[in-house]
Amino acid sequence: MNEILLRHREINNLDQLPIYRQHKGFETFKRAITAMKPEEVTEIVKASGLRGRGGAGFPTGTKWSFIDKNNWPHYVVVNADESEPGTFKDREIMESNPFQFLEGVMLCAYAVSANVAYIYLRGEFWQLAAELDKHIEYLEREGLLGDKLFGSEYTLRIHTHLGAGAYICGEETALLESLEGKLGQPRLRPPFPPNFGLYGKPTVVNNVETLASVPLIVERGAEWYRGFGTEKSPGTKVFSLSGNVEKPGNYELPLGATFRELIFTHGGGIPGGRKIKAIMPAGASSSLIVADDKALDTPMDYESVPSVGAQLGSASIIVIDDSVSMDWLINKTVHFFQHESCGKCTPCREGTYWMRHLTERIHLGAANWNDVILLNEVATNIKGKCLCALGDFATEAVTSSIARFKGDFENKLQAASVDMPAKVGS
Amino acid sequence: MNALLQRYGEEIERVLAKYPADQKRSAVMPLLYIAQREHGYVTREQLDQIAEILGISSTDVASIVGFYTLYHDEPGGKYRIQVCNDLCCALRGSEKFLEDLCRRLQVKPGETTTDGLVTVESVMCLAACDKAPMFQVQSHNEISYHEQQSVDSAIQLIESWRQVNGK
Amino acid sequence: MAEALATKTEQNLVTLTIDDRKVSVAPGTWVVDAAKQAGIDIPVFCYHPKMEPVGMCRMCLVDIGRPLVDRATGQPVLEPDGTPKIQFGAKLETGCTIPVSEGMVVRGYTDKVKAARDEVLEFLLTSHPLDCPICDKGGECPLQNLTMHFGPGESRYIFDEKKRLAKHVPLGELIFLDRERCIQCARCTRFQSEVVDDPVIGFSERGRSLEIITFSEPGFDSYWSGNTTDICPVGALTTTDFRFGARPWELRQVASICTHCPVNCNTTLNTRREAKAGGQQVVKRVMPRQNEWVNEIWICDKGRFAYQYTEAVSRISQPLLRKGGKLEPVSWDEALSAVADKVKKAGSKLVTLAGGRLSNEDYFHIKKLSEKANGLALLYCQMAGGDLVAQVGLGAGSNLGELGAGSAIVVIASDLEEEAPLWWLRVKQAAERGATLIVANPRRTKLDRFARHLLRYAYGEEAAVLHAMLDSFSPKKPDQAESVKKLLRDDALKVAALELTQAENLVVFYGSEGTDLAASNALANAAANLLIATGHVGKPNNGLVAVWDKGNAQGAWDLGLRPGEDLPAQIKEAALLYIVGADPAGDDPALAAAVDGAQFVVVQELALTKTAQAADVVLPAQAFTEREGTYTSGERRVQRFYPAVPAVDGTRADFTITAQIAAALGLKLEEQIGSLAFVPLAAATESYKGLDYGKLAEVTDQWPIVGRADVYYGGTTYDNSQGLGVQLSSAAERGQSPALSFAPLAEPAAIDGLVAVPVSRLYDRGNTILPSKLLSARLEAPQVVLNPEDAESLGLEMGKPAKVTLNGVTTLVTAHIDNSIPKGTVLIPRSLGLAISGPTPVKVAA
Repeated sequence: MNEILLRHREINNLDQLPIYRQHKGFETFKRAITAMKPEEVTEIVKASGLRGRGGAGFPTGTKWSFIDKNNWPHYVVVNADESEPGTFKDREIMESNPFQFLEGVMLCAYAVSANVAYIYLRGEFWQLAAELDKHIEYLEREGLLGDKLFGSEYTLRIHTHLGAGAYICGEETALLESLEGKLGQPRLRPPFPPNFGLYGKPTVVNNVETLASVPLIVERGAEWYRGFGTEKSPGTKVFSLSGNVEKPGNYELPLGATFRELIFTHGGGIPGGRKIKAIMPAGASSSLIVADDKALDTPMDYESVPSVGAQLGSASIIVIDDSVSMDWLINKTVHFFQHESCGKCTPCREGTYWMRHLTERIHLGAANWNDVILLNEVATNIKGKCLCALGDFATEAVTSSIARFKGDFENKLQAASVDMPAKVGS
Repeated sequence: MNALLQRYGEEIERVLAKYPADQKRSAVMPLLYIAQREHGYVTREQLDQIAEILGISSTDVASIVGFYTLYHDEPGGKYRIQVCNDLCCALRGSEKFLEDLCRRLQVKPGETTTDGLVTVESVMCLAACDKAPMFQVQSHNEISYHEQQSVDSAIQLIESWRQVNGK
Repeated sequence: MAEALATKTEQNLVTLTIDDRKVSVAPGTWVVDAAKQAGIDIPVFCYHPKMEPVGMCRMCLVDIGRPLVDRATGQPVLEPDGTPKIQFGAKLETGCTIPVSEGMVVRGYTDKVKAARDEVLEFLLTSHPLDCPICDKGGECPLQNLTMHFGPGESRYIFDEKKRLAKHVPLGELIFLDRERCIQCARCTRFQSEVVDDPVIGFSERGRSLEIITFSEPGFDSYWSGNTTDICPVGALTTTDFRFGARPWELRQVASICTHCPVNCNTTLNTRREAKAGGQQVVKRVMPRQNEWVNEIWICDKGRFAYQYTEAVSRISQPLLRKGGKLEPVSWDEALSAVADKVKKAGSKLVTLAGGRLSNEDYFHIKKLSEKANGLALLYCQMAGGDLVAQVGLGAGSNLGELGAGSAIVVIASDLEEEAPLWWLRVKQAAERGATLIVANPRRTKLDRFARHLLRYAYGEEAAVLHAMLDSFSPKKPDQAESVKKLLRDDALKVAALELTQAENLVVFYGSEGTDLAASNALANAAANLLIATGHVGKPNNGLVAVWDKGNAQGAWDLGLRPGEDLPAQIKEAALLYIVGADPAGDDPALAAAVDGAQFVVVQELALTKTAQAADVVLPAQAFTEREGTYTSGERRVQRFYPAVPAVDGTRADFTITAQIAAALGLKLEEQIGSLAFVPLAAATESYKGLDYGKLAEVTDQWPIVGRADVYYGGTTYDNSQGLGVQLSSAAERGQSPALSFAPLAEPAAIDGLVAVPVSRLYDRGNTILPSKLLSARLEAPQVVLNPEDAESLGLEMGKPAKVTLNGVTTLVTAHIDNSIPKGTVLIPRSLGLAISGPTPVKVAA
């Protein structure tokens, strides 16, 4: 099923404005502006139970309602900095269903009374930004964007802004800093963007997928949306499936579908007669789940995934088969985080660098068991002490793999004929 | 006189118009992309020119160049082949792809071919995990994605550049 | 803040518990500051009490609990014993970013907190070279101290995996960076961008590769750079001056006052015995000394790096007497008796010319000598208004650091950062706190960015601007000059004027940009009128401040010296010209000729200046580092300086020499002890009554707490144990109601063609800065600054040579172009090789 976000897979040429309009495109936006108060839009989104699809899962309508109404102007900033290893959903939405996404941006802007919205795309989405610019121009020509829309007093402009290669800019306050022309380093929170955002003004920062969900919610109503998914995690979600799987790609499923359904029914299972070994449900930031039956039958929603020791996050499901040794895997993930650490806070800056040395040595077999213990301790020491979530993310794969796949490290070090394993802490 | 402003005045005006008049600094990233078109990297003079346009210090501009990986402060190949070699791509063969490509081009990751045409780089996730092996090409003027690649298809692409550039 | 705290009522305070101690502090106080006030240390690296917190280094992680509130009832949940139930967070929190709240409980001693400190230090040390034995910061290093206190005893990091980085990176010729030692706390970059608005250093790269860079020309181009070495919590930033110069524990600390400008920043001179000085104490570095009423904890680079003139090889150490046309070394007795002879004969034709950097005791003696002889005591200065400052200057108890919303500040005819850097900083910060800042200057200055109202006028109209402001709300004089009438049509001026009438406090700074003595007099008068007419005199945080070009010009005015109204003529007529600490012949060919015309010339100096070379007697004086005395700042704060190094053999203090000359007239003045010389001074000078050296040495608690034991918190700036000084009351405060006085407003003389006007620069080529090798590369070349249109029509290019003809003298200088300069005007910085005393016709050619 591709009911909501990936509708373009069923409706040909949905990336063309006339086709999108044939499917009621921008009617909702027009109705909102001509017949609804901004708060009413927010109320529908609130009632739908839509939660932020960027990873944190914060209720979207609630976020909108937090915007400070005593400080103007307001801004909407779209987080299109999709950079988490394993995540490639926003790109498909923006490429193939761009008008639904843009209509979502516009509805959000109207709901929070913003007259300017910025779409912050990772720099690598250079071509995509050029396409979006054309779409935006087209909307302006068609009178769907611009001054005094539909004869109202409401004016809206959308601008794209390209990043230039920095994962940390996916963190909303780092993104705002970057958009202000500064280093993409996270700000202290609080204050949160709805109070102190872009240029210090109240700002709603939302993920692409979140906003692309909005038009149909407003069109068809909260109840309709709640017909998908679970009680606490309503709606559908695009799951980016990658790694050792037959058919990697994006799959839109209701929240609460199981890992097994995604990996085996839709993803075609594990190639080459291999066995599934582990799952990372939230990209490289994820803990590694042991892919046993219990895990495979766990529903993929915000509440259930923690029961198997991980988070749903951005639902970027990386499948690991039994050919992969965890010493290699964490060397990869730690390399990523060490490269992407912005350097602002000590534990992340120094800790990811330190971990990189340790994982490298362990992977190359130039280590002993004390190094594994030390790695685990360094990771534990980073956790809970950083300015933003990146530092914690960097430790998830490390600590979970040492705890859950201890044998991989033992084998690695035994093969390198070094000291025999001692006890691993925590 | 400010060479960037002279050359790209209109385009720079359009970029500046995106941001509030008192927040010109926001335009530093787009202006760096414009500057990079000239030589494929940002020169010292361009730092000063951008600083002048935006009313910030040259040091502030240099900071941005240093922080973000898509800006360069020294020359590289005319085309930078940036192979995603992150976890998901690596699970689908990118490490071998990179190794083979480098062997064919007789370079190590980070190096430029002797004709100065191609720099091969190993980069972090490019959000195309389902289409590995893949790379993006950063040239002076644009960034393009090339997905589900083989070494042969990559070499073919490079050959087409060689022809265009008379190498 | 300590004072501010005391005035707050109990209800206004927030009470919390830190390490089991109850603490009451102002709302909005950060947890780390609240702890500091209670004498509890929460270690920090990136936090600095003078900057906004960023929470980067994570060193201040503490356990924070808050009273649990029942959501349903909104009432606090109580423990069985009736005390509020405290809920602690799952994670530690950074004490530097959390404001206090009522009932909060902060714990810095739990195992979790101790472990966190240990871990953060271990992280920092993984990248640190641990080269303390060769590090300049060793001994006063926060990282070293906190590691000894909290850190792990050993490193689990493999030494070979440490990042090796460049250790001697010049960020310019004043500051060196050691990349290995840097812990990326961003104190330096934040200081440069947030505090002093010179974002010329920044971070490049990211993660562990994050490094400090500068792309300014010259590198680290800022008047404030030295302060970053004080607040750097490691030995990453060091000054070229002190680098490898001494170990901190070898240094003596002596309180002093900077005399480069009228702010009179409090400094500490660090001295050490050196073999090269024959085992004597020499100054190793100049450090800021905390005075929250004056310079807080900062000093500018001129104050920090331009002290070498006191120890220059050109210092003279024996009196010289002209014999047979040549200056010959003689004994003090011979020299003094030669002078005594002339003093007795000169009578009222004794003309004393004193520079603006002498001590109050020196001026008092000069004035006494002059009165006794019935001679003339002149201040070598081209600014007027010191008498008005004494009447309506800042009231006692003023603190620019308290000005904010509701206050107004006018800065007119001054490029404040160039003329008095710390005032620029404090005015800028007042504007950031909400004070209305009105900047009036004919051209762009760095203060403009913070001004609410910018008033541009033509050079020569400075007094007219203030007249027009006054007239716009109280038209008292119908027959205003044309220039005033024209300015009265300026709406911006009227709006600005209205705003300052409504301000609770008003401070007016006037400088000497473009003015000569007469214009300065008119400007000072107009400024005083504005303050009087709007009721902004005779109380703290209100009044007039003159931005003098020398450090103790206000003291000279207070003690009765006045600028010469026709200096060349007055000099020429002298039977005995007694010049103390001034070099008129070196400054201006016209004055050199006048000095030549005087009958007998006595020069009292540190070095053999041009004027000294033309003298009949030269008397070697002591530098301020070698003796004691007091200075009076532009804010009329009298402060003491102390002897830091032994005097050069053969030299005497200025007040001593003057006293010895005065003895020839039977006048008995204190010859040896500064404190005793001050007693009759205080008795004879109304606003100084009741002051003595003891009072000037008094100190009180200051916020933030800085000092030797607390280097991790405020930096290596020194605490103040030797005196905050005393701010004098103005005459207006002492009940002498000042009257509006309308000095006739001189219309600027009409000059055909280009007009040269003098401006002031911090890094000029004056005698006190020229001997500083450190700053030599920063001193500007002799120059003229023109508008681009004028430059074009004259065929001048930026940085290219220009021929300037001024008062008949042609000089080759460098042309500078600045589009904010009015057409037809040529700026000539003072003390940069071209003599200029006021607006003058000028010819410029390529």
